[in-house]
Amino acid sequence: MKRIALLGMPNTGKSTLFNRLSGASARVGNWPGITVDLMSAKMLIGGHIAELIDLPGIYDLHGFSDDEQVVRHFLSNNHADLAIIVLNSSQIDRQLSLALQIKNLGLPAILLLNMQDEAKRSGISIDIEAMAQQLGMPVRQISAKYGDGCPQALQLAAKQLAEQFNTVLPKDIAKRLEADVQIEQEMQAILKSSVQVPVQLNDATTDNIDKILLHPIFGLPIFFTAMFLLFQFIFTAGKPLQDGMAWLLNLFRTSALEPALASLPSWLNGLLLDGVFNGVSTVAAFVPIIVLFFLVMSMVEDSGYLSRAAFLMDAFMAKIGLDGRGFVMVLMGFGCNVPALMGTRVMRSRPMRLLTMLVIPLSLCSARLQVFLFMIATLFATSQAAYIMFALYMASFFTIFLTAVLFKGQYKSSEPFILELPPYRFPTARQIWLRGWQEVKYFLNRATKFIIFGVVMVWVLTNYPTNVAPASAGTLAGQIGTLFAPILDPIGIDTQLAIALIFGFVAKEIVIGSLAVIYGLQGDALSHQIATNIDWVQGMSFMLFTLIYTPCLSTIATLKTESKSTKFMWLSIVWSLGLAWVVSFVFYQGARALGF
Amino acid sequence: MTPLNDVKLSSLIPGQHGTIHAIHAEHALHQRLNAMGFRIGKKIQLIRRANFNGPLHVRIGATDIILRDIEAQRIQLAA
Repeated sequence: MKRIALLGMPNTGKSTLFNRLSGASARVGNWPGITVDLMSAKMLIGGHIAELIDLPGIYDLHGFSDDEQVVRHFLSNNHADLAIIVLNSSQIDRQLSLALQIKNLGLPAILLLNMQDEAKRSGISIDIEAMAQQLGMPVRQISAKYGDGCPQALQLAAKQLAEQFNTVLPKDIAKRLEADVQIEQEMQAILKSSVQVPVQLNDATTDNIDKILLHPIFGLPIFFTAMFLLFQFIFTAGKPLQDGMAWLLNLFRTSALEPALASLPSWLNGLLLDGVFNGVSTVAAFVPIIVLFFLVMSMVEDSGYLSRAAFLMDAFMAKIGLDGRGFVMVLMGFGCNVPALMGTRVMRSRPMRLLTMLVIPLSLCSARLQVFLFMIATLFATSQAAYIMFALYMASFFTIFLTAVLFKGQYKSSEPFILELPPYRFPTARQIWLRGWQEVKYFLNRATKFIIFGVVMVWVLTNYPTNVAPASAGTLAGQIGTLFAPILDPIGIDTQLAIALIFGFVAKEIVIGSLAVIYGLQGDALSHQIATNIDWVQGMSFMLFTLIYTPCLSTIATLKTESKSTKFMWLSIVWSLGLAWVVSFVFYQGARALGF
Repeated sequence: MTPLNDVKLSSLIPGQHGTIHAIHAEHALHQRLNAMGFRIGKKIQLIRRANFNGPLHVRIGATDIILRDIEAQRIQLAA
């Protein structure tokens, strides 16, 4: 099988192209010589199956960031038949160096110039023929976003694969990576003869938007207002979808599942209906809102606004020992902590990276969002919901700042902060759709792995031994709850909630599912039962604890592999558990002392 | 927009521009600045500064970049 490496600079639309070429068939895999996972996809190209590997976006093949090393180690240890290089047409004057660096390795390559529309707007014209001739590799213009030129690019790749055989061994590449000096001169010569750049470049639209969004006084208030409105929108638009989903699931249970399972022995019937179905359906009701959340987040991420947020927040982040990128990672952590942790690879200084990795698990991810949406709907009026949600986001920020301030002495660094501001871009419907679909796939994957296992375990714990009432103090769950009571009573968390918290350690998606199993109820009946069992102060304390303690096993595993330190992993676990308890304790006892 | 003689990037005021004359940085930072488009002889413009002594927003060719004051001090400009 032929192997194609996809290379390019960050912000060139390389991943968009990968998604477009691979469709939804991409998967994550391990490669020799490197410790991180890369996305790859098998695709039909020129009548043969080829494997396309999406390498991390890099500025410089000879740089020393983790991503740059990953690319070098990949090329030095894996035979690639063809390199597809993706560069941004409008920044070709400085990006061409990467194509030359790869050419110097002796790898057969084709160059795809993306974002020709942006280049055109800036008045840049590129003589493709002249460039291809001087560069000694085929060059094509494409639009990864709209798909223009992509089929032609694939044909070109097929032609190259059929005609040019890569005779360069990975070990020769390793040698050639040692040094190359002519690149800069060669680059200047090619640019001079094939590219014309107007002296004063100006993308008026981006400039005008920046004048407002990066305003010295209004910039930050606008940012936070925009975030608040987005969350408000997700909440308002998601509620009817969520209700509809719950209604559908309930209909499915009463009209199809209950009659079908009626003949089973009662224990199996209980396990399937009150265990698996109740648990999974309670979680599944949140799928629409999570999809909506990711659609909105991916729009914000692709728009270029996040780099602006880094600009606005850097002065503040510097005071707590982090930088503007750390703030962006935290925002990405609102989607899922795992990719945010992996995103810290762009940081070169280890102390800065570790400090950022220590705070990311405190950002309120979408799995925790589910728990809060459920608890808020159960314990608070709809008019209060957005404010409680906002308060939880603020609590998330507060714990992040507190942690950074307390630990910045241990993790001192003088990492330079240099970041590109891409022009504002509108993501296409296809990009948004692909992203949403990937999230649903990921969720269903987790649902089968973690949630079903979790809810079955909870069902067993709350139903055995069989001679006592389910979920009572006599069951295994009750005994565990009693064991933890001395620690959890002072923060207002009762036995039922304690079981949910213990299982929440595996993944937060399980928390609500476990509550459904513990109470043997689903939907509105479950909400009513919880509302009669605990008051809002207990609920808030439970939510604060859920917010702060270790998010999930995947996050812990990522922390360990990314930091390459078991000690750091344990620091993160112990610190977050301790902090969760202290914050919940202060809140619960404080609220009670004030008479609530 | 007066041309400037021998000043640091960090001392420009928004709207002013200059030509990069020298980059005083150790190897790693130098390479990083190079990859972002900071090269001797390139024209550079300061677009804006963030509040509270925050980062600088500069433009080289078609590329907008933000960097901190401390890094901007290492970049020497000439007329």
